[in-house]
Amino acid sequence: MATTSTSLPGAGSRSFLLRLREGDEIARLFTFLFAATVVLISILLVLELWHGSILPRHKFGLAFFRTTTWDPIEGQFGALPFIYGTLITAAVALLIAVPLGIGAAIFLAELAPARVSDTLEFFIDLLAAVPSVIYGILGVFIVVPLMRQFIEPALKSTLGFLPLFQGPAYGVGFLTAGIVLAIMVIPYIISVSREVLLSVPRDQREAALSLGATRWESTWRVVVPFARTGIFGSIFLALARSLGETMAVAMVIGNDPKISASLFAPGYSIAAVIANELAEATSELHTQSLIELGLVLFLLTFILNGLARILIVVTSQRGAGTARA
Amino acid sequence: MNVHLRWRKFVSGFMLTMTGVCAGISVSVLFLILGYLVVRGGASINWAFFTRLPAPVGEVGGGMANSIVGSGKLLLLATLIGVPIGFLGAIYLAEFSGHRMAFIVRYSADLLNGVPSIVIGVFAYGVAVLPFKQFSTFAGGFALGLMMIPITLRSTEEFLRSVPNSLREGAMALGASKWKTIATVIVPAAYRGILTAVLLAFARVAGETAPLIFTALGNTFWSPGWAQPTASLPVTIYNYALSPYEDWHRQAWAGGLVLLSLILVVNIVARGILARGISVSRS
Repeated sequence: MATTSTSLPGAGSRSFLLRLREGDEIARLFTFLFAATVVLISILLVLELWHGSILPRHKFGLAFFRTTTWDPIEGQFGALPFIYGTLITAAVALLIAVPLGIGAAIFLAELAPARVSDTLEFFIDLLAAVPSVIYGILGVFIVVPLMRQFIEPALKSTLGFLPLFQGPAYGVGFLTAGIVLAIMVIPYIISVSREVLLSVPRDQREAALSLGATRWESTWRVVVPFARTGIFGSIFLALARSLGETMAVAMVIGNDPKISASLFAPGYSIAAVIANELAEATSELHTQSLIELGLVLFLLTFILNGLARILIVVTSQRGAGTARA
Repeated sequence: MNVHLRWRKFVSGFMLTMTGVCAGISVSVLFLILGYLVVRGGASINWAFFTRLPAPVGEVGGGMANSIVGSGKLLLLATLIGVPIGFLGAIYLAEFSGHRMAFIVRYSADLLNGVPSIVIGVFAYGVAVLPFKQFSTFAGGFALGLMMIPITLRSTEEFLRSVPNSLREGAMALGASKWKTIATVIVPAAYRGILTAVLLAFARVAGETAPLIFTALGNTFWSPGWAQPTASLPVTIYNYALSPYEDWHRQAWAGGLVLLSLILVVNIVARGILARGISVSRS
């Protein structure tokens, strides 16, 4: 460009062109600064979490993840109960939300008339925007009393032989937190899965039906496998959201750092303990232990997002392979 | 008709009914819950809720006026931080960037977007609270602003890229420089989409509670400036819901309804703008 502009005849036009070019360079540099800020922020985020948690990493090392005592007064910090609570509530949430969400998505994409499907989708999208503190108050005032009075006693009398459903029914606990999380993530699963199911080419369905498959066989053996990439994507999205969810969990999990086999027992989660204690942490070690928990949560979601991408690439390649075969 | 075929037809009918049941359960649970919020919140809301400061602990009455103003200040700060970075960064990505830089920026934005909001809060606490030894409106707005960046950036970039290349070529063929093309042709062509992106990012952070608890903290009075702790609607709702007082529970429901209405209205407006924007840009 530089050579073309200098070779142009007429000094006036050359400086004009140069000025234009300079304007572009300034715009380029100016916007670059803002784009670079985004990169800088994410680097700073990682550095801050890493440097902010030096004390407990040196003092406890890996024992931080293996010990179960969380005692700010004695200066003992073990993260296992929080990690356990985070994983268990997310698992309960997915066990409930995945079948319901995918079933609902299949109904909306394959059976419901387009207008019904689009209307419900509009509401489901709005529900995905409902903030978590709202789910939290609904959890505290509706789900917790329901669990204490009806659901937990009913589970105990039918499935009480399993260690999962034993012990007193407090209302707050892993199961309640899992159920509230499930309610929160179902819109995500429905929304993404419905979209990918709708994007499956029509001829896939027609081919299956023309070979004599029933409507369900065409859906389950052809359409769903074709769309599994996106369905996995929606599940991972839901999982990442459940692991990092703070308010709704903090309000119904019971906030008691214990590991219990029973889902009725109160527990604690990583995000909930940070929310409850960071503002009031008194010692440096306490603050830094909470920041280390933040680092753990960051790494969990980071790895999960990475795995989701790899899984989606692998499944999409396999999906494309079978679709062609 | 043989037994096997009848069985397959039965399975088909049964399973399809089950998917309908799944949809019914999911949608009705969601509707019941929100309906309950509207009923409880609607019964609890009154004029004092919008105009009065919280009553002293244990007393009946008072409102959330300071939380509403606090949320407004926090969201203003968040928008001032999140939108310029997201918008200008997206212009760089869509119009100027090479492949490698674009990949790095996009990866960072996705990373920020995937980080749980509580971790963003921990970061803001480390950067904007600890050094100053002071919880502040600024720290809270900073945390929310960080969350707005990736949402604004990624959607704005997408909308800029959806502007047809013929428009760019047309403008440059008329002698416009690149930045003039961007400012006078591309951004105006995509402005509905960009506005939608900004509104959705705004709605997303408006209800965020976790990053505010230990940045903006809370306040039972008016927050005098930007360097002091401030009340915000989500945090006050959270504190009131967990309190033992009946009247605070009532106000938590009212606050929930106000917050939810704000977020849903912004969402619906954003979707409305987008729906019209698409038909315009395609014509």
